[in-house]
Parts: sequence; C-alpha cells; structure tokens
Amino acid sequence: MKSEVSSQKSVVRKQRCEPPVVDCRLWIVDRGLPRLVIYAVVLALLVTHLTTAFAQPDRSAPPKLGPPPALKLPPIQHLKLSNGIPVVLLEKHAVPVVQINLVVRGGAVMDPPDRHGVASMTAAMLMEGAGPRNALQLADAIDYLGARIGTGAGQHTSGINLHTPLAKLDSALTLLSDVARRPSFPLPELDRKRKERLTALTQWRDEPRALASVLFSRTLYGSSHPYGVPTMGNEASLRSMTPGDLKKFHSDYFVPSNVTVIVVGDVSGTMIMPKLEKAFGSWKGKAAAPPSIPSVGQIKEKTLLLVDKPGAAQSVIMIGRVGVKRITDDYFPIVVMNTILGGSFTSRLNQNLREQHGYSYGAGSRFEFRPLPGPFVASASVQTAVTDKALVEFMNELKGMLEEVPDTDLDRAKNYVALGFPGDFQSVGQIAGQLEELVVYNLPDDYFNKYIGRVLAVTKEDVLKAAKKYITPDNLAFIIVGDRSEVETGVTALELAPPTFLTVDEVLGPAPAVEGGQ
Amino acid sequence: MKRLVLLSLFVSSLALAGDGRIAVPYTRFTLPNGLDVVLHEDHGVPTIAVNIWYHVGSGREKPGRTGFAHLFEHIMFEGSKNVPEGKFDEWLEAAGGDNNGSTTTDRTNYFENVPSNALELPLFLESDRMGFLVDAMSPEKVDGQRDVVKNERRQSYENRPYGLASILMSENLFPPEHPYHWPTIGSMDDLTAASFDDVVEFFKTYYVPANASLVIAGDIDPAKTRRIVEQWFSDVPAGPPVPPQPAPVAYVTEEKRIVHEDKVQLPRLYMAWVTPPLYAPGDAELDILASVLAGGKNSRLYKRLVYDMQIAQDVSAFQVSSSLASYFEVIVTARPGHGLSEIEKVVQEELNAVKSAPPSQREVDRAVNQYEASFLDRLENIGTKADLLNGYLTSTGNPDYFNEDLARYKALDPKDIQSVANTYLRDNGRVILSIVPEGKPELAASKEEGK
Repeated sequence: MKSEVSSQKSVVRKQRCEPPVVDCRLWIVDRGLPRLVIYAVVLALLVTHLTTAFAQPDRSAPPKLGPPPALKLPPIQHLKLSNGIPVVLLEKHAVPVVQINLVVRGGAVMDPPDRHGVASMTAAMLMEGAGPRNALQLADAIDYLGARIGTGAGQHTSGINLHTPLAKLDSALTLLSDVARRPSFPLPELDRKRKERLTALTQWRDEPRALASVLFSRTLYGSSHPYGVPTMGNEASLRSMTPGDLKKFHSDYFVPSNVTVIVVGDVSGTMIMPKLEKAFGSWKGKAAAPPSIPSVGQIKEKTLLLVDKPGAAQSVIMIGRVGVKRITDDYFPIVVMNTILGGSFTSRLNQNLREQHGYSYGAGSRFEFRPLPGPFVASASVQTAVTDKALVEFMNELKGMLEEVPDTDLDRAKNYVALGFPGDFQSVGQIAGQLEELVVYNLPDDYFNKYIGRVLAVTKEDVLKAAKKYITPDNLAFIIVGDRSEVETGVTALELAPPTFLTVDEVLGPAPAVEGGQ
Repeated sequence: MKRLVLLSLFVSSLALAGDGRIAVPYTRFTLPNGLDVVLHEDHGVPTIAVNIWYHVGSGREKPGRTGFAHLFEHIMFEGSKNVPEGKFDEWLEAAGGDNNGSTTTDRTNYFENVPSNALELPLFLESDRMGFLVDAMSPEKVDGQRDVVKNERRQSYENRPYGLASILMSENLFPPEHPYHWPTIGSMDDLTAASFDDVVEFFKTYYVPANASLVIAGDIDPAKTRRIVEQWFSDVPAGPPVPPQPAPVAYVTEEKRIVHEDKVQLPRLYMAWVTPPLYAPGDAELDILASVLAGGKNSRLYKRLVYDMQIAQDVSAFQVSSSLASYFEVIVTARPGHGLSEIEKVVQEELNAVKSAPPSQREVDRAVNQYEASFLDRLENIGTKADLLNGYLTSTGNPDYFNEDLARYKALDPKDIQSVANTYLRDNGRVILSIVPEGKPELAASKEEGK
C-alpha cells in the first residue's frame, strides 16, 4: 500500500469524480542536466520556426465546443435464478475484473427498537466466519485471491460487494456465497467487534465532524426514529447485542425475495448465470414482515446547538432541515438547485465562504436522498474567529436562493451535472453502484439514458419552486461544534435561534469503558 | 498489441495483451518548447482526462517559505492572462468538467476530466496558465489563497486528531537541509511571509514547459489531439533550464523518541525508518513487508495486537515512496487502558521475528496477489490511468511501465522480505513518536518499559 499526504486545491468535489484509487505515490524526477542542454540546443534551432510550424492559438475567448457526446451504455440485462432472485447484468469488457453486488432489502430501519446497530453488526459479522471457514481462514482465502469482499448496512438495505479478477471468479463466488448465506456469528468474534465499536464510539469524541453529524441527525429526526440514531448503535445497544439477534436479523432479511444480484464486468449472461445459480440458486428462506417505520416529520422550530470543543482551531457548522424522499417529481430541480447553492466548486456557498471571504477551505450543501425524507444540510469548517460572520454568509446564500437564478448559473449547473454524467460509468464498481440506485428505487432501465435530458430540461422556475419548498431559512437547525468561549458571544448576537450549549458528554454520553485485552 | 488467439466464450478484455501482459498503448512526443506529451486512447466512456505534472514540489522550497509550492498550486486556479479570475472553474463546469490539483514533496499535478467534445477547453486553460500566469497575478490573489490554504491547514492538520503526526515524523526522519524535512502544507508563519515576488520567481523558475509533462487519456483521436496540443502550447515560451535539485543523504543513526500531547482519547504509536526511494532495490520488498505486517486479518501485527490480544484498535504499515528517499512506517492505536510501551513491545517482537526468519511463501503470495489485482483496478478509470502514465514517465522515462512495476513484486522471494527488514528497519536508526492524550505522558512508549 502506498499513500502520501498531499495537499489539494479543494475537497469540494462531486462524489462521482472520486477516483477509486487515489495513489498519490511520489515519483523519481529523473531529468539530468544533459537532457536540458540538448533541449536548449534544439530550442535555439527551432525558435525561429515556431510561428510557422503551428497555427497561433486564438486566446481571445474560450474555444468553441462541439455538441456533447451521448451516454451509450451497453444494455442492462435482466435475468433470474431458479429461486426467483433477480440478476441485473451489465457487460463491461475493458478490464478482466468482475463486480458482484448483492443488494439486500434489510437495513438499520429494521433494527429492533432497543437494539440499534443490529443491521450494521450483522453485516460486519458476515466477514467473521462463514461456511467452513473461521474469520481468519475467510480473510486469508479472500486476500489470497486478490479479491475484495465488503459488507455494510445502510438505512434500508444492506450490501455485500465482491470485486475480483476474472481469473479468480469461481473461487471468489464460493466465498461470496458463504458470506451471504452461511455466516456463523461466533460469540468470541462478536465480543471482539463489540469492543472495536465501543472504542470507535470513544474515538468519535475526537472528531468534530462526527460529533456535529450525530447531533444533526438527532436534532432532525429525534432519538425515536431510526434516522436519528447512528446506524452503528449506541453503548447500551452494543453491549446488549447477542449472536441470536444477528442470526434472527439474517434469517429474517437475508432471503431470496429480498435479494438482487448486480453483476458488472468482463462476463456474459451465458457465462455467469450457471455460476450464480450454483452460488445462490438453492438459497431458501421466507422474508419476515419488516417493522413499520415511523413517518418522518419536519422540524418544528428553529434550533441552535453549540457543542463546546475548547481550543478547537475551527468551528464545524451544519445547517439544515428534513429534505425530501428520493422518489419525488422535484428530484431533478433539487439536484440543479443544490448544485447552484453548494454542490460544485463554483457554487455560491463555496465561492462566498472560501474564495470571497477566506473563512473556510470549502463549503457546500447536499440533499441526502433516501426512501423516506433524508436531510438537507449546508456545512463547512470555518476559522474559529469568524464563526459568526460565516453563519451570516450561510444565511445570505440560503436566502439568496429564494430569488430567481441568473441564466448563467442555471446553465452552468445543469451542464455540470448532465454533461459530466457519462464519466460516472467507468469502473465496474462505479457502474454497479449506479445500478443499485435503479434496483433500490425501482427506476426504469431507460433512467440513465434519459438522465441528461431531464437535467437539461430543468427551468429557472423549477429551481425557484424547489428552493422555496425545501430551503426555508426561517426554520432551520444549526449545529456548531467549536470553542464556546471564543464563539458564544458572536453567535448568540445573531439571534438565529435560541441557543443551547452542550458538552461532548451530553452529545455522546460518557466514553464507554472498554474491557482490556487478554 | 492484442493478438487473436482463440475463440473464447466472451469478448476478451481490452486491457490485456494476448500474453496476459497489461497493455496501455500510447503516443509520445515533445514540443519545441520542451513539453513532454503522452496520449492514450480509451473509448470506454466519452470522457477525456487531461493531466499535467510540474516536476516541482515542496522539496524545492526555500527556507522560510515552507508550504509555498502548494500555495502556488492554489494560485494557479485564480486566472491567467486570457482567463479572468473565477473563469477557470466556471468554464470547465459549464462544459461538464471537473478539475483539481495536488502537491507533494516531489511534484505538483493538475487535472481536468471533461466530456470528449470539450478537449480544447482544458488545453486552452492549461496552456494559458503555463505560459501567462503572472500577467494576471496580483498581491490580492495571493492573499486570498493564503487564507484558503491556512484554512486547509486548520482543517486537515490542526483540527484533526493526530493531525500533526505526519509533520512531526518528517521533521525527525529527515535532517533540516533535506527537502523532505518540512511539511508540504507548510507552517503558518511561512505562509504569512509568502509574497507576490515569490510567486513570480517560482513561476519563472519551475513552471516552464520542459519541467512539465502532459498526459491526455480517454476518448480521443491521437492524431487530431496532437495537432490541438501543438496549437495551444505553441506560444508558451520555453524558459530557462531548471536548476538541479540537491539530494542530501538522509539517515537516522539513533533511536529518537518523541512524545506529543494532543486532544485525543487514545494514544497512538508511530514508528518509522528512512528507506530506499521509489523503484530502488528494496522499495517493492518493503511494500510486501508492510502487507505481511499489517495487511489484513492474518497479517502479523494485526493478528496479534487487534485480533488475538485485543489491546489495539487498529494497525497499519506502509512504505511511502518518493524520489529522493522513502520512509517505512508502522502505526498502532491503543485500546482504552493500554499504554504504548505495551504496544511497542509486541511490535518489536514481530519485527524481530521477521528479521530472524523469512515469512512463509503463503504470506508473500497473498500480498503479491493483492498487488497484482490492484494493477487491473488501476486500468478502470482514465483519470487514474493518466496520472499513472505521468508518474511512470516521470520516474522511469517509460509511461507504460505497468508490467515492469508489477514484475518487481512477482519476482520476490520470502528471503527478500526478511533481508529488507534487517537492512532497513534497524532498532538504532528509527523514530518512535507517541501521540498521547493531554496530561497523560505516562502512556507514551518509553525505552525502559518497552524493552
């Protein structure tokens, strides 16, 4: 593994452009003087011919560009295993690798009421022994193949994702089948993971952004809604969790009628289907009825919570409210509107807080789309001394969205989202992630092909309507994690909302005692 | 290139030649002003990655101006003679493009990912700032980015738990005159001191075409792209040759122990050694040694400290390779109730073990197999490929060095791993840094307790 701390222009980037491998290794600069001397000689000979050799570029205006290319995806193939498990396949033959994502309808919202974190722990424990292998044997087998299996639980679904060289597909599928269907949930491994997670809870106390995020979700949704509780759970639920809880969650939700298999890579339907049939075709089980999930309401009143981190060099600011669910007619207007507000480098929040005022390394906003209304949040880390001024600028930009946006802002945002879209379909993992959205939200196959057109069809009126509906500057939650002694006076004077002051303990509870090692 | 060998059941992969070697075909040419250019065709998506490396990083900074190469990187986005301030990002976003840059000790890179119809736009922007940045420079622009970079330092180092560890480590691993002694992010005082004149001088010294290399990968027609590159960069002046970089030898001849108190809950141990540069003998061996020690559940340190004893929360080990020197580092976070002397003792036992006997063939194969698979993953994204082509070009003169790079790992024997552990991971030539919670220096790794 090579990695290096490198400093970047910006952390504000579209998620889609995160390269899978940011290998910032450093390189030998092997340029001796002799070569430069040769250059100098060559240059001396060539310099008089430069103007005739190439046409001079016209720098008076940016170059005119031709029509943008269309996204041409291979067809999405829909197949089925004998037990009814749907298979969504997209062939991608560039590199001999295969990505197989199992999407399982079962996530944190299905956690038993007093057992937050069961879905998340179930997913993690799939890797701690499965089929004939214990945790160490399983890890050894996967690593030896050069494959990766990742598991995790989200709010509504869990995922088991395999990435493997094509040459190792058969062996990797055997392991994937064991992990998904035959986890052993041994108590000693659960005890180990439990300690690991209790320790992680302790480590959150060091991370101002983690603190802000936990408090933000709780403020929006309350502790009685799953969206208001960290998916990893809390100290009490982690301590009380048993292998039985995990086995039950697994047998209730990890069943064929809840599973979709997504395959992207250097395979064909005729090649992959017998292998998938062998791995998953005999999977049996009946899905439990999922618990009813409480509905999501909007926050009732404006709130300002300030968590004291004495000596902090920056204040973490999160401002927002409950947004909207993924399936809404407002989806594309919201995407474009948010791009203008805080979803790109040239967005208003970033330009204001970073470029104009120098308060922050980067500011942005996003709508998190989920089956139920997820949060809308605008956020930044700002210098402690300008916390109040930064809040004023956040408010200016949020209020500014209630006025019609200029054509240039609208067109830039639409093009940024729409024309950059084909670039999101490069690696097999990236494409499988895109297909997951189709599966989870039951979107039609032509969704991707129509995506660019639908973004480009958004109008100024659509954007204004979305802003008025979802950005309501009079009714927001403000979370600030920073040095109270430095920021209290200025922040209170803004009268954004009646302030409440909290300690880290009041947000996370006391640091859990973790029983020592051996 | 690819040979038709056998009829197979499915279309064969484009990234492998018939003999299983990785195939990344390219065209390379040099412009009269010295700019080195590499083009690579990949029509997987209708997107193009433009990637420029300037062969200057924080290692070239003068005393009192640490952080300058990175500050300069930021200034490069603030407009040039024919690109008004703010338009660099606006024009690219309006074309559906993304951009960024990054700075290390050795190089500064800049990249744009654009739809294939927009190829000319990043070339216009890159050529304009390569040729004519200072025509549009002002002290105000320098001040603006100075604030942004200071905020970056606050966000990524000062307000982050353990954030100062990497800075403390490089200061102690490399002597004051060595280019890797100071951090790429720089010190606040030096950032304050950076002036408009510094910007002009740095640009004229290092931002010359012959000190840069340009890679364009993706949905391109190489012949047409070459003509466009030639046109946009034809009026960029050549500039003087770049002065050679001194390469002082770095070595640590003692065991240095440092303790730093931070706003953290858990103590963390950092142990590091100066090691051979990227691609030098020993470099790949140390990558595999890192994997043997801390890659996956069955690795030696993970299995003992995290899995069996459960006295650590996490373990990592890596070889950070650079052009003048590298360093090898082991990092372990202790669980509540455990001090770093206890952790160090176990780390030392495992270091001793790998020095006294070679790892098993299985351990080495497992690590090499993972490296081999990672080479396939690197071919999946044109931005990643463009940056790799540029890196290989810079380091070896051969942009398509993928197979040679991979061959380094495949040739290794367990004895090679044992050998580098003995040669480079010496007990009497290393830095041991303890980051401990404020007011708890007794949790630090101390020589007496640890041995």
